[in-house]
Amino acid sequence: MNNQAPLRDEMNAVADDRPVKLRCKDVWKVFGAGAEKFLASREGVATSESLAEAKLVGAVRHASLEVKRGEIFIVMGLSGSGKSTLVRCLSRLIEPTWGSVELDGMDLLKAKPDELIEIRRHRMGMVFQHFALLPHLTVLENIAFPLSVQGVDRKSREERARKVIELVGLSGREQFYPRELSGGQQQRVGIARSLAVEPEIWFLDEPFSALDPLIRREMQTELVRLQSVLKKTIIFITHDFDEAIRLADRIAIMKDGEIIQTGTPEELVLHPATDYVAEFTRDVQRSKVMSAARLMRPVTPSADYGGTVQATDKISTFSARIVGCRKSFLVTAPDGKPLGEVTPDAVIDLLADRDPLREARV
Amino acid sequence: MTVADTRTSPRATAISGWTLIWVAAVACVAILYMLPGIAPWAAKYPSDAVIPIADWISAFMVWLKTNFTWLTRGITDIFNVPLQWAISLFAKGWKFGYGPDALVLPRLSWIGVCTAFALAGYAFGGIRLAALAAGCMIYIALFGQWDSAMLTLALIAISVPLCVVFGLLIGILAFRKPWIDRAIIQPMLDLMQTMPTFAYLIPMLLLFGNSPVSGMLATAIFAMPPMVRSTVLALKRVPHEIDDFGEMVGCTQRQKLLKVLLPSGRPTLMVGVNQVIMLALNMVILSSMIGAGGLGYDVLLALRALKIGQGMEAGLAIVALAIVLDRLSQAAARQRPTAHMPDQTFLQRYPMLTAAMAVLAVTTLMSHFVPAFASVPGAIKMSTAPWWKAVVDWVNIHFFDAIEAFRTFLLLYILNPMRDFLVGFPWLGMVFLVGLAGYRLSGPRLAAIVVVMTAFCAATGLWEKSMATLYLCGVSALVAALFGIALGIAASRSDRFAAFLMPICDTLQTLPSFCFIIPVVMLFRVGDVTAMIATVLFAIVPAIRYTNHGIRQIPENLIEAATVSGCTPRQMFWRVQLPLALPEIMLGLNQTVLLALSMVIICAMIGTRDLGQEVFIALAKADAGRGLTAGFAIAFIGIVADRLLRASTDRLQSRLGLV
Repeated sequence: MNNQAPLRDEMNAVADDRPVKLRCKDVWKVFGAGAEKFLASREGVATSESLAEAKLVGAVRHASLEVKRGEIFIVMGLSGSGKSTLVRCLSRLIEPTWGSVELDGMDLLKAKPDELIEIRRHRMGMVFQHFALLPHLTVLENIAFPLSVQGVDRKSREERARKVIELVGLSGREQFYPRELSGGQQQRVGIARSLAVEPEIWFLDEPFSALDPLIRREMQTELVRLQSVLKKTIIFITHDFDEAIRLADRIAIMKDGEIIQTGTPEELVLHPATDYVAEFTRDVQRSKVMSAARLMRPVTPSADYGGTVQATDKISTFSARIVGCRKSFLVTAPDGKPLGEVTPDAVIDLLADRDPLREARV
Repeated sequence: MTVADTRTSPRATAISGWTLIWVAAVACVAILYMLPGIAPWAAKYPSDAVIPIADWISAFMVWLKTNFTWLTRGITDIFNVPLQWAISLFAKGWKFGYGPDALVLPRLSWIGVCTAFALAGYAFGGIRLAALAAGCMIYIALFGQWDSAMLTLALIAISVPLCVVFGLLIGILAFRKPWIDRAIIQPMLDLMQTMPTFAYLIPMLLLFGNSPVSGMLATAIFAMPPMVRSTVLALKRVPHEIDDFGEMVGCTQRQKLLKVLLPSGRPTLMVGVNQVIMLALNMVILSSMIGAGGLGYDVLLALRALKIGQGMEAGLAIVALAIVLDRLSQAAARQRPTAHMPDQTFLQRYPMLTAAMAVLAVTTLMSHFVPAFASVPGAIKMSTAPWWKAVVDWVNIHFFDAIEAFRTFLLLYILNPMRDFLVGFPWLGMVFLVGLAGYRLSGPRLAAIVVVMTAFCAATGLWEKSMATLYLCGVSALVAALFGIALGIAASRSDRFAAFLMPICDTLQTLPSFCFIIPVVMLFRVGDVTAMIATVLFAIVPAIRYTNHGIRQIPENLIEAATVSGCTPRQMFWRVQLPLALPEIMLGLNQTVLLALSMVIICAMIGTRDLGQEVFIALAKADAGRGLTAGFAIAFIGIVADRLLRASTDRLQSRLGLV
């Protein structure tokens, strides 16, 4: 349909508007003797065959990505896919063998050790899968720890720590030790600790993978709530595609050290780049990732609408209502301009997994 | 390798080749043994080819002594300050000035010390530990061992922090610079732990004079290795994420070490501290025997005078002190901080510590006025000496024949033939066989190491004595292994038996080595049989413990799989449990051998004739060269045994796919 193309461009423009916070280009992490020379001699171009020939192992291979300010960017992959290594390259916990990493346009790989320490102290925060809390410190001391490393005096760092404790809902537990807390509470401490320095960029390394499914869900909701307040730039690693879909603005899917597709959940589900991605997305409930804009058709003049939804609203948020009232809904842009309509039949088809897109796409 | 293995394994030809090589090697050595005439130089090391290493060392020591006395005496003076301070505090009291005008300050009151120990027990482990600590300390006080025990405690109080600090520093260095660790620190630690303490006591005495400082430094050398090892282990075991976390919050190197890594490794470090304390106690007791004073000295005096009762009593005082220190430090290591309210005063946060300090201060002050506080009043002192003597006499009267028969049987039919066999063993044959084993188990590197070390024993003219040591150590280790593995298997099969056996093992491991000699001497008098029995008792614990643990740690699903396949209990044991537990059992055996070696050396004090005797003679003559050479020979025997056993364990483990 004609009026959809400009709309999609418009939506993309909204997303692209935000400046790039972290950009990594052609990053390689190759293990083995002489890895650096090998990549340097080929200017960062290598195939898995040539790597194997040189007896090298490529943990991360020509990975490039751009994370925008305020975005939740998810790196998804199964274990051994190199997602953890990639994210550690971005924070230089692991030194990349080749490539460039830029934070706000500054080359992170050229930073000297003391500059790197400064960057980490003030601009980066990280949450770990197994919490990585210091066992000998109380909750309060753990959270104040990054500040104490910076040399902030006790009074102001504890004041700041108490603020983040309140933010993550742990008030009253300040004097407990990590082992006295449940897993979920421990990860709240981990989150609070990484927020204590007010980082610009927030790395979350499978933060909820070690938690029970119920707690995990609760923590995901909590993260969404926190992000709505804090608006950090988040790089989130997970092996759980459902978690990725739930939280992501955009997702990068990794396999064998390569990023095989980057896109919004909707794009991944609708246009999987490879069979591997399709395998992941097959069981995803489409109504949860597809927005109203994807399903709408042009406005029927003088129609009787059962309700109004935003173009970016996910179908699942109004599917029950639209099916219940059996009337089409009007889809509007954020400024209230009508863009199109969604019919109950289209929604039912979607829920029933009959491909309704063919109709929408024509 | 079983027959089935050789038939199915692809390495079948290699294995049968090795069997042939072994048969040929053993045959050659056997011929050499039977007919030493064909190559006398290979059977008995030619005396004119002896390398005078002892003389070189002695000359070097003389040179050191003449040129560096200013340094060593300076070090002595520096260390003497805290040492004398601790001795005054615990044992002797302070005295300022001379004659009747002298100002005398009392030492810590015994009542105060007992109470402080009880309070520490209460703080770390509740009422039971408090009772244990108080009971042991009161035993020491009432049975007249207070002065010696406090002298021992003072030496420990200074040596342990010294060991811990240096151990930490060396451990950190080893962690940061793995190549230094591999090239220097690990070999040094091996040598420090296998070399008998008396051997390096001699150069200490030469350099630092006949003062408690020499004893303290020897103690530090002896007790430090576990601290270094646990520091490295603690730092390596810190979870990777915590390490990453330290990086991500922007710690400097120093901040990461001090604020993140070391505190996270605290439990492992505390295990090291506990071991340092126990080894330091062991060493202080040993060095007190050569005149530093303290608990061991009383035991030795009593034993020499055949005052069995007194010897036993003083020995039990050592046991009491050992148990108190061990249990308290273990409980302290288990302490974990718990939630507390902010804005507490010191008193609220540490009530027991405050109380202990107060009691110590008050009782010590009181002792200035009331003599009963200063030293244990004679009226309440007790002695069980006559009773112990009566028991031993009774046993000796009623069982003398049985004991004597047992002793003679062991000597005539087991010990002496073994001894003769080994002492007559051609040195080159032994070097050859050991080298072959090293090559087979690991490769040319290990073969070279063991060959050089074995040849050292012959080349220094100590071959007969080395073989005598090997014989006593070997027999004892074998007996300890047989009994230990049997007990370990029994313990692994019954929780009740394990619950009964493990506390006994704990206590056996706590005791300073000399304690094992006392009761055995009483029954079997001095000689090889006594040495063997004491050594077996001392060395049996690791065999029991590792066997038990090795069988119990087999994954449940393997046992279930075997059960489902219809294994009978016997098949289960022989075909599943034992093979899988074997690497662990081998580790235990390794420790048993090393413990046996260290004990055999100490047994020279009760009249064995081997390398240990050589060290003691050197000690008496202050002959550093002779003592150190014998010490190196002992250390090398230990290291050869350790490396060969470890290599075979590694082979086993890799065959089972455990590494």
